[in-house]
Amino acid sequence: MNSPMAHNRPPEGGSLFPRDREWHPPAYFEQYKTSIARSPKRAPISFPSTLSEETGPVFTTDILGPLDNDLILNFGEPGEMAIGQRIIVHGRVLDQDGRGQPGLLVEFWQANAGGRYRHKKEGYMAPLDPNFGGCGRTITDSDGRYVFRTVKPGPYPWPNRVNDWRPAHIHFSVFGRAWGQRLITQMYFEGDPLIWTCPIVDTIPDRAAIEQLIAPLDLDATIPMDSRAYKFDIVIRGRRGTWFENRKEGV
Amino acid sequence: MQTLGRLKESPSQTAGPYVHIGCVPNFSGIPGVYPEDLGTSLCTKDAKGTHITVKGTVYDGTGTALKDALIEVWQADANGIYSAGDPRGPADPNFTGWGRSPGDYDTGEWVFDTVKPGRVPMHDGRLMAPHISLWVVARGINLGLQTRMYFPDEEAANAEDPILARIEHKNRVPTLIAKAEGDGIYRFDIRLQGDDETIFFDV
Ligand SMILES: [Fe+2]
Repeated sequence: MNSPMAHNRPPEGGSLFPRDREWHPPAYFEQYKTSIARSPKRAPISFPSTLSEETGPVFTTDILGPLDNDLILNFGEPGEMAIGQRIIVHGRVLDQDGRGQPGLLVEFWQANAGGRYRHKKEGYMAPLDPNFGGCGRTITDSDGRYVFRTVKPGPYPWPNRVNDWRPAHIHFSVFGRAWGQRLITQMYFEGDPLIWTCPIVDTIPDRAAIEQLIAPLDLDATIPMDSRAYKFDIVIRGRRGTWFENRKEGV
Repeated sequence: MQTLGRLKESPSQTAGPYVHIGCVPNFSGIPGVYPEDLGTSLCTKDAKGTHITVKGTVYDGTGTALKDALIEVWQADANGIYSAGDPRGPADPNFTGWGRSPGDYDTGEWVFDTVKPGRVPMHDGRLMAPHISLWVVARGINLGLQTRMYFPDEEAANAEDPILARIEHKNRVPTLIAKAEGDGIYRFDIRLQGDDETIFFDV
């Protein structure tokens, strides 16, 4: 088997906080046309989390290669580097109580500096970079921190309305400790005017929620004469304490 | 008054058309960055229990199969123990219970080889029926969809499952029950929309 054997570890918390579904995009959003036929129409069924949602797969650093978090080098020929603006993306994965979440698998993928993905179904005329694959991953440290190096992705046009362009963005996949914390989102870059024209961004109803996905330039973390840095924190669902939970009445 | 000071969860964004680049790069034609894609198996052949195969296809509201989705599953072992985070552990050492599949490139059908899960208790002690949790993301899905697959040959357990019991529209419950195809194969097709729209959970 090729996935890491998960560890048996004590539970880190109790029930998950209910998800604020108004903070997330609705399933159906007319201006994002693909959502029209892919959006459930009926109300999801709510229930308090059970062990099935409060447990989840665990990944350990032995799955990581030394270049997994370096998209400038991890697909390139030896001695070659991806073309583009060199950046470092760093931040923390936090729960809703602001606690850094250690040991979580974070995966990221993106277009190259010209806005082209390395994918068979991608038709944009911008060229592939022979030394750029576009994927990376890491596991958060004991404070919940992660970091990776890449090139800044380019904006790209996509078939939706006649003239829709995605702002520059990096896709993120995050595992919590709990299956119910599973999250995929996107990171945008401070100052990109395309953020405010994009129907996918616009699926998020609240401007403050959109701002939560915009990474500021972090000059302090910039490496002089080498790479600029952007800081992007990710918040996953919180959990209640277990003091008065997980026990049967009368026990 | 004090404030709770609690953070908002990062809002979801669609996984987009290229989620396979990030999550199963070897499948998507980006070899060599990782030795292999994660989640291609949930257990080894030595895992205890009844070995089964679960397969299915995700359909949109027009009945078209999704070929750009990513499916993940999470389940307990044959004794009903989760491989991580379960206070009742440890689970079978030959079992993780987590799988990830992009589906077939041409048909979109996904397949997991696993063992049939045992029953897992609710916090109040009531037993849930054997089930597999599924999470579906794709282009056009703005927030990952959570659902569960139950087994057609567990009628008694299904009848007392506290989650299934919450479902008001009983005529929709069959959307959560897999179909037995024989030889330990179960089919669980997921319909995002339409008269037989699969039940999704907010959990
Ligand atoms: Fe993208």
